[in-house]
Amino acid sequence: MIHSLFVINHLGDIFLEKHWKSVISRSVCDYFFEAREKAVDPENVPPVLQTPHHYLISIYRGKLFFLSVIQTEVPPLFVIEFLHRVADTFQDYFGECSESVISDNVVIVYELLEEMLDNGFPLATESNVLKEMIRPPNILRSVVNTLTGTTVSAEIQGVIEACVKLSGMPDLTMSFMNPRLLDDVSFHPCVRFRRWESERVLSFIPPDGNFTLMTYHISSQNLVAIPVYVKQSISFFEAGSCGRLDITIGPKQTMGKTVEDLKVTVHMPKAVLNANLTASQGNYTYDFTTKLLVWDIGKLNPQKLPNLRGSLSMQTGVPNPEENPSLNIDLKIQQLAISGLKVSRLDMYGETYKPFKGVKYVTKAGKFQVRT
Amino acid sequence: MSTGVSYNDQGGAEAAVEAGQESTPTSSSTGAAFGLFSADFKKNEDLKEMLESNKESLKLEAMKRIVGLIAKGKSASELFPAVVKNVASKNIELKKLVYVYLVRYAEKQQDLALLSISTFQRALKDPNQFIRASALRVLSSIRVPIIVPIMMLAIKEAAADLSPYVRKTSAHAIQKLYSLDPDQKEQLIEVIEKLLKDKSTLVAGSVVMAFEEVCPDRIDLIHKNYRKLCNLLVDVEEWGQVVIISMLTRYARTQFTSPWTEVRGAEFDENKAFYDSDSEEKKDQTEAKPYVMDPDHRLLLRNTKPLLQSRNTAVVMAVAQLYWHLAPKHEVSIVTKSLVRLLRSHREVQYIVLQNIATMSIQRKGMFEPFIKSFYVRSTDATHIKTLKLEILTNLANEANISTILREFQTYVKSQDKAFAAATIQAIGRCATNISEVTDTCLNGLVLLLSNRDETVVAESIVVIKKLLQTQPTQHGDIIKHMAKLFDNVTVPMARASILWLMGEYCEKVPKIAPDVLRKMAKTFTAEEDIVKLQTVNLAAKLYLTNSKQTKLLTQYILNLGKYDQNYDIRDRTRFIRQLIVPNEKSGALSKYARRILLAPKPAPGLESAFKDRDRYQLGTLSHSLNLKATGYQELPDWPAVAPDQSVRNVEIVEPCPCVCTESGSESEEESSEDSEKTSSDSGKSSSGSEKSSSESESDQKKKKKTKKAPQKKSKPAGDRYTEIPAVCHSLKHCLFSQNDSKKPTFRTSGISLFYMSFQVTTSSFGPLKTYELLHHMTGKGLSAKYHFPRQPCLFQPSMVAVQVILTNSSDHALEEIHIGDQSPASLNIHCFNTIERLEPGASVTVSMGIDFSDSTQAANFQLCTKEDQFSVSIQPAVGELLMASTMTEQDFCKEQGKLQGMNETSATITMATANASRQAINKQVLSVANVGEVPSSQNNFSRFAGQTVSSRALVLVSLELSESSGALLTINTEKSVMASMLLQDLKQAFAQA
Repeated sequence: MIHSLFVINHLGDIFLEKHWKSVISRSVCDYFFEAREKAVDPENVPPVLQTPHHYLISIYRGKLFFLSVIQTEVPPLFVIEFLHRVADTFQDYFGECSESVISDNVVIVYELLEEMLDNGFPLATESNVLKEMIRPPNILRSVVNTLTGTTVSAEIQGVIEACVKLSGMPDLTMSFMNPRLLDDVSFHPCVRFRRWESERVLSFIPPDGNFTLMTYHISSQNLVAIPVYVKQSISFFEAGSCGRLDITIGPKQTMGKTVEDLKVTVHMPKAVLNANLTASQGNYTYDFTTKLLVWDIGKLNPQKLPNLRGSLSMQTGVPNPEENPSLNIDLKIQQLAISGLKVSRLDMYGETYKPFKGVKYVTKAGKFQVRT
Repeated sequence: MSTGVSYNDQGGAEAAVEAGQESTPTSSSTGAAFGLFSADFKKNEDLKEMLESNKESLKLEAMKRIVGLIAKGKSASELFPAVVKNVASKNIELKKLVYVYLVRYAEKQQDLALLSISTFQRALKDPNQFIRASALRVLSSIRVPIIVPIMMLAIKEAAADLSPYVRKTSAHAIQKLYSLDPDQKEQLIEVIEKLLKDKSTLVAGSVVMAFEEVCPDRIDLIHKNYRKLCNLLVDVEEWGQVVIISMLTRYARTQFTSPWTEVRGAEFDENKAFYDSDSEEKKDQTEAKPYVMDPDHRLLLRNTKPLLQSRNTAVVMAVAQLYWHLAPKHEVSIVTKSLVRLLRSHREVQYIVLQNIATMSIQRKGMFEPFIKSFYVRSTDATHIKTLKLEILTNLANEANISTILREFQTYVKSQDKAFAAATIQAIGRCATNISEVTDTCLNGLVLLLSNRDETVVAESIVVIKKLLQTQPTQHGDIIKHMAKLFDNVTVPMARASILWLMGEYCEKVPKIAPDVLRKMAKTFTAEEDIVKLQTVNLAAKLYLTNSKQTKLLTQYILNLGKYDQNYDIRDRTRFIRQLIVPNEKSGALSKYARRILLAPKPAPGLESAFKDRDRYQLGTLSHSLNLKATGYQELPDWPAVAPDQSVRNVEIVEPCPCVCTESGSESEEESSEDSEKTSSDSGKSSSGSEKSSSESESDQKKKKKTKKAPQKKSKPAGDRYTEIPAVCHSLKHCLFSQNDSKKPTFRTSGISLFYMSFQVTTSSFGPLKTYELLHHMTGKGLSAKYHFPRQPCLFQPSMVAVQVILTNSSDHALEEIHIGDQSPASLNIHCFNTIERLEPGASVTVSMGIDFSDSTQAANFQLCTKEDQFSVSIQPAVGELLMASTMTEQDFCKEQGKLQGMNETSATITMATANASRQAINKQVLSVANVGEVPSSQNNFSRFAGQTVSSRALVLVSLELSESSGALLTINTEKSVMASMLLQDLKQAFAQA
């Protein structure tokens, strides 16, 4: 299925290649580079490309392209999912997925790729299985009886990430106070579907280490309580080629928790040359080349609302942008799952020791966009 | 060229080194790289030295560097002799790297590669399954044609390996060998056929992959394995699931009739093109009989459904396409939610899923309409995602939601991404043509856009307005005038051409302006783009016909310009127009009709989705994504008009197992046995236990007769099949349900050890079903429980004995939360059944448990709890139930028996009731006592049976030698002497009974 893999950095250098069948010349990547050039933005490269003799399916992760060469019909999602799994594995093994890390650990990378695919068909893709065969660099191997579940909820979509370090074959059962909230779920393969269907509990025997136990979606009937409100006014004046910007952010329905890591990102129109602003809290940066205004606020203080105002200088002679840029807002609230989902209990069967359990709720803004 | 470029890009002095190295033979002459090259040559020399040294660490270091070279795509082939020597190294780490090297370069150095073959052949016989597997992997990856026979042999052997992991590897090797030498096809198909029968979930995905690659047309190989594959599916690893699902989709389309026939009506008429062949069948089918879904068809749909919850996006998509192509229309919508969920995944996943939704949404608006907000475009989306979302929003537009969608579109038109804005305008145009209520609103909106500053927006608006006006030209003179005024400012050729066409087509509505526009065009004609020129010629011709007085000279001027144009299309068109409109002696009869030809009313163009014709490809495929037929794409066949023989999927069961019989049958059996027990217990509440047990065994006997009769009755006629299948499903449901719970080991131990249990154990040996009471309904306050040993390998853990418990609620109120509570002894390993939420009065339910008795007859005590009560119960297994039947030949039996002499032998002379002297009777008696398998015997007076204990897998051999008189010598050979004597006792008793 998957014939070859090329890993390409953002400059267009192929710094890793691996072939599972006969060797395919790297000149096949030329078609990709062509498309890459055409797309301008690396994210705009179409994931599926066609060349005279091959098909190219690529993903873009962490400024790297993972480009696979295909020769015959295959479900494209199959390849895409696999490539992401490769990137995830690198992330898992080396802490990040970047060119330097891959080049430094090229032997492990090669061994991993060898195990993950045989003749182009996935063989072992599960992190814990791979770790049994190939040792990650500098790994601390201690068996501690701890289990921490992290609930990260974003907007109305969330994931339960688990970190399990239990010895033996523990059989875990996790139940929720309010499973009805969950509208649509997808599971790690260790979760027993039937049990969920009949009883709405997660019953599973976990693999070791970190993994995503479940992702869920809260039905849109339950209105999502957006934790902050934004007051903004951005205007551009025809005369004098300048504009004005004024943004204030205030808390709303945070249930007494503090909003942290608050950050506002604005993609300014091309005509904006520079920004001369004052922030009542935090710092702002304006990148002239990417037209990106980033205002890093930090903690939201409900008593003194953060505000960013000032003037924008515009390129003269260029007509004003007709659409105001939209604001992207990032935030995080510790100890609160905005979805209201609560873990009721976690039980362990099959082993006799007493595990350490913990749960951490975090709310993060996913794609919070304010149209102005 | 890029190869060179990319090498140079790798930066610094090293790049030159690499470039030199890449083309070893030629580059010695390239002067610039020469100095560096020699240094590099030394570097490889030094690798060679390291490889030839005696130190493992040096060798390892060298191999690591070589792998680094390979990874960068640089040649290291000259090191082949030095590397290949290390193939037999004891150091696993080193060996692995040598394998990597070998697979990469063997093709180029075939002769040298042969040196390594013997090492692999030896490794193929290694006791460690991983070593066997990896040897096969590498051996089959060496693309050297000479070793084809060796590979073939290795594959055949590995396909029969005890380790499922090795068998999986052999399935992969099949594809490799096939691509190396397609002539081996026939032999390989034989191996595939064999592996398809494999029951391991580890093998299933890989062998189906091999099937798809080697012989996708041999559908006949699937028949017998169809149900097994359906049932294994949930437990197969994710990648295998994708392959199996897509193969089964194709299979189902050849074997079952269309489920769309019955509901077909008005809804499907609009899709006629796509379902053409079906609608032909429609008449005779609907008349013939109402559609009944094949139970196997249903089985597939039911067993794939839970996979919609998979975390693997490819699996979800595979199930979605399966439902789309196979499910009855009203069931397809269950996939919607899952597909929408995938939209929150990575960008690339979104892209593919949106493409598929786009195709689906054309035919089935309703499926995605409730999720319309999920398709709203974000400013941060990539361009191709935006376009697809737009496409879907347009497909979903209807009278009810159009105002919301148009409001959303208004935002998009203002987008800074102008290409996207232009696409939005196209979309608005399509909405306007599809929904007549909003045509005017859209048109007005588009006219407003004509004053937009951005040229692409204006141009796109003009093009779309042109198309819209064509649908209702009468009342729009104003718009045409407005556009004429804009003409001077518009530079985009397509837009200019569109305006010119409009002028020409409706020149009678703007009699004053049109000639003026033509005049302007005459001035700029030579500087225009080709499409504009063509339209100018058209406009001139049309005006000449309607208003020749004003435009005659202009037209001639333009025709003269066109005559000498560089573009031959334009010259051609000019010549044609001139002949057509200017009457002269040469122009034939045609010029009379010039007006009718040029000014004929033209049908409005339909604004169609770009995904309109993508449905010819199976959803989720590469071909669908690219909208062209990819190499190796297999057409999805149309439903057959008449279903092929359905009985081909029936799997023969050599000896009917009690639990695989008709559902109605088994129910009635259960009922009857319950009845009889009830009566016995009711009537003889005070009677002694022995009486009760005898009445039970009586009912057993009755049942035995029944089960024997049942299969005979239904085996032949095909019509009875419908009653048979649910039972299979039913019993398989148990397996499935329980397999679900056995997931775990696949993650913890790479999924290998678990599958050993299949070793020589026959799954279902014939044995009468004895039901024991677990909890009487009087003591259980209405809850009664009975259990029996189904004598199947337990799916929870191989060391467990499978127990099926039938729970019945004989009280007048529903019982809730029935589950298993405390267990004793504490060390006892019980796999509990899942809590039963609710049991209605009079209802009964069968659940599966697994108990590890550790080969002892010690009772398993536990508590059966309901919401209110707890009842202590115990299961005491008869010693015969702690065994599993094995099959072996007579020779093996004698050999094993020879090993188990002395202390391990227990024997006794027994007296037999005369009725028991026949061979059948002996079999029946032995099997009723113990779960053992009969060993074919060549001597008439010898009966032999073999089994092994469930927990420790100790062999248990039973032999019975008949003597002349009514006596017989019963011998049991096993390490478990306690079990032997208990078994002996039980058998003795059984034979003594008449």
